Amino acid sequence: MKTKPFMLGAVAYDPKVVTIWEGFKAYFIKHGLPFDYVLYSNYEQQVEAHLAGHFHVAWNSPLAWVRAERLAQANGKQATAIAMRDSDQNLTSVIVVRADSALQTIADLSGQKVAVGAIDSPQATLLPLAHLRAHGASDLAVVRHDLLSGKHGDHIGGEREAARALMAGTVAAACMIDGNHLLFTNEGTLPAGATRILAQTAAYDHCNFTIFNDAPPEQVQRFRELLLAMSYDDAEVRPLLDLEGLKVWKPGRTEFYRALESAVDEMRFYDEHGNITVADYQY
Amino acid sequence: MTNTETSRSQIINIEALSLVNGAHLLLKKALRELPAGAKLGVRGTAPELAVHLRGWCRAQGHEFLVDETGTVTAWIRRGAANGRWKDAVRAGAPNHAEQGAVQASPSLQWGFAARGATVEAGGPAFHYPLHEKDQVWADNAPKLYAQAVAAQWNPNTAIHWEAAFILEDEVEHAVVQVMTYLIENENAALQVPAKFIAQIHPHFREVLQLLAIQVADEARHIEVFTRRATLRGKPLGLSTVSGQQSLKTLLDEPDFALASFLLSVLGEGTFLHLLWFLEQHAPDPVTRQIARLVVQDEARHVAFGVSHLQYQLSHDPSLRGRLALALNRRHDALAQTAGLNEEVFDALILLAAGSWQPAQIAAGYARVQALQTEMHAGRKVRLTKLGFSPTEADELSALHTRNFM
Repeated sequence: MKTKPFMLGAVAYDPKVVTIWEGFKAYFIKHGLPFDYVLYSNYEQQVEAHLAGHFHVAWNSPLAWVRAERLAQANGKQATAIAMRDSDQNLTSVIVVRADSALQTIADLSGQKVAVGAIDSPQATLLPLAHLRAHGASDLAVVRHDLLSGKHGDHIGGEREAARALMAGTVAAACMIDGNHLLFTNEGTLPAGATRILAQTAAYDHCNFTIFNDAPPEQVQRFRELLLAMSYDDAEVRPLLDLEGLKVWKPGRTEFYRALESAVDEMRFYDEHGNITVADYQY
Repeated sequence: MTNTETSRSQIINIEALSLVNGAHLLLKKALRELPAGAKLGVRGTAPELAVHLRGWCRAQGHEFLVDETGTVTAWIRRGAANGRWKDAVRAGAPNHAEQGAVQASPSLQWGFAARGATVEAGGPAFHYPLHEKDQVWADNAPKLYAQAVAAQWNPNTAIHWEAAFILEDEVEHAVVQVMTYLIENENAALQVPAKFIAQIHPHFREVLQLLAIQVADEARHIEVFTRRATLRGKPLGLSTVSGQQSLKTLLDEPDFALASFLLSVLGEGTFLHLLWFLEQHAPDPVTRQIARLVVQDEARHVAFGVSHLQYQLSHDPSLRGRLALALNRRHDALAQTAGLNEEVFDALILLAAGSWQPAQIAAGYARVQALQTEMHAGRKVRLTKLGFSPTEADELSALHTRNFM
């Protein structure tokens, strides 16, 4: 009888997602691991399907990781982050103002309009807002850019819209990943020299491969081994790594999700059991 | 920019440069000189440098390290990935005369890469049916290409379109008929090589270039024949079923060697005589001048056809049998057709006669007879160059289409 494949769940935030996982599928099968994947339109459905046992490993956003961990605990399971991209580690978000702005400190932003990404974007909404509030900004008028809600900010569009709002003068500040400030400046969305970085969050981590403790251990181990063995020097896998935006897979770590967990609690995005509690969240 | 060598690491001072105006060039250069795992300190004064370095390192696969001491703006630990140039190969060499420059069987993954470029491994395999050197190469292709480039002429200035001449209406009509026939043939001579260009591996650069310029030659020929045909405001002449049937067999031939043989060696080879004939006997200076310019181009096309078939035959003598078969096959396919357009044949006689005087007509007729004899002799010479015996050459030449091309 044919061995049942090791199943992965991922969110289709972009058409290239199909290309990526088809490539990974071919790679795993070639190296002896029966593998298949299922795509979800948003992370909330994915986490719930994961808990229900529809697949074995989830490619989770940091916010999906927080929910998965809470849901697992509430249901007598345990979640583990088994691997992540090198590029998922040590991100920061920046809060940007126009270069000629009078705003000099975070406290100066009190009562001002701040452009953020989608409601569920860790990097462009949850983390920077928590950072601003923790450092003295009060009564922020948050201007959301809800592109593709449910996809946890994976689509860069929300951050770009926030950057455009800043340059259009409709907001006092905008939030984005450090690397996207560089990208938006290089592509001209933010003219060079026209912005100033007012604040920067502490480092945090992004996506990871999440398993629950009831996943088949041998397949999990083989999956992780094959993943960590992928080398950027290998012409066969390099296009996949380029598409997924990494040079090397790293073992998973979870200590850099603490700030996001706090932000989720502060904004009551999920409760301690992983239920969605935030209002006005369409996905 | 200054570099400071320390025992464990290196420090680079990029002054006011930032990652939005080119600092990455200096960073990459400095990192190239370090082993994986080594640290590069970056010192700079651009206000967003530390933020951008963090994002840049993440995208490049290097580790970003905060500087605790204030010595530098930040540290970069060079990533382990050797990057995309591992297993890259050099695709021959640009100069065809260099040993190994033109490979016998270049990788299909070299695709559009310049010959001599270093090609990243893992690229897509292109579909080039003509990817073996034997299939397309001729040692004189580079020389013929250079000659072709040097010999390009501008139809506007190379031909004296205003030259004065007076022709009887019927003689002008004969010239127009011959031009109409030539345009039809040149349409075929343009499309047949064009069809093969995209099938040839670009590694054989000189062959591609030569065929491309051959196509451009034909485009010019079509222009000048059209301009001569319409010079006196007459309507164009006749196009026959048999002429088109004959030319269509050339376009339908899927094999490059066989198509070159039928088109370039036999067809264009035969056309050389027709053009020399027009250069000598056409009744007006414009037509004579056109023929003189066109025949120079056509001679190059014939030379390449002969050379590349000689090259292929030297590696695969069995090709000779296939060439003969192709000629026989075409002959059989056209056996039931009328052959040369009667109007073209008559037009050639009248054109060579230059008038309706019986004595002149007789002279014109004799000239066309002589033309056909020369065409046959020319084909025999070229067939002999391809290694056919004189007897074989004589028999094969006789099988060539009566449509000349």
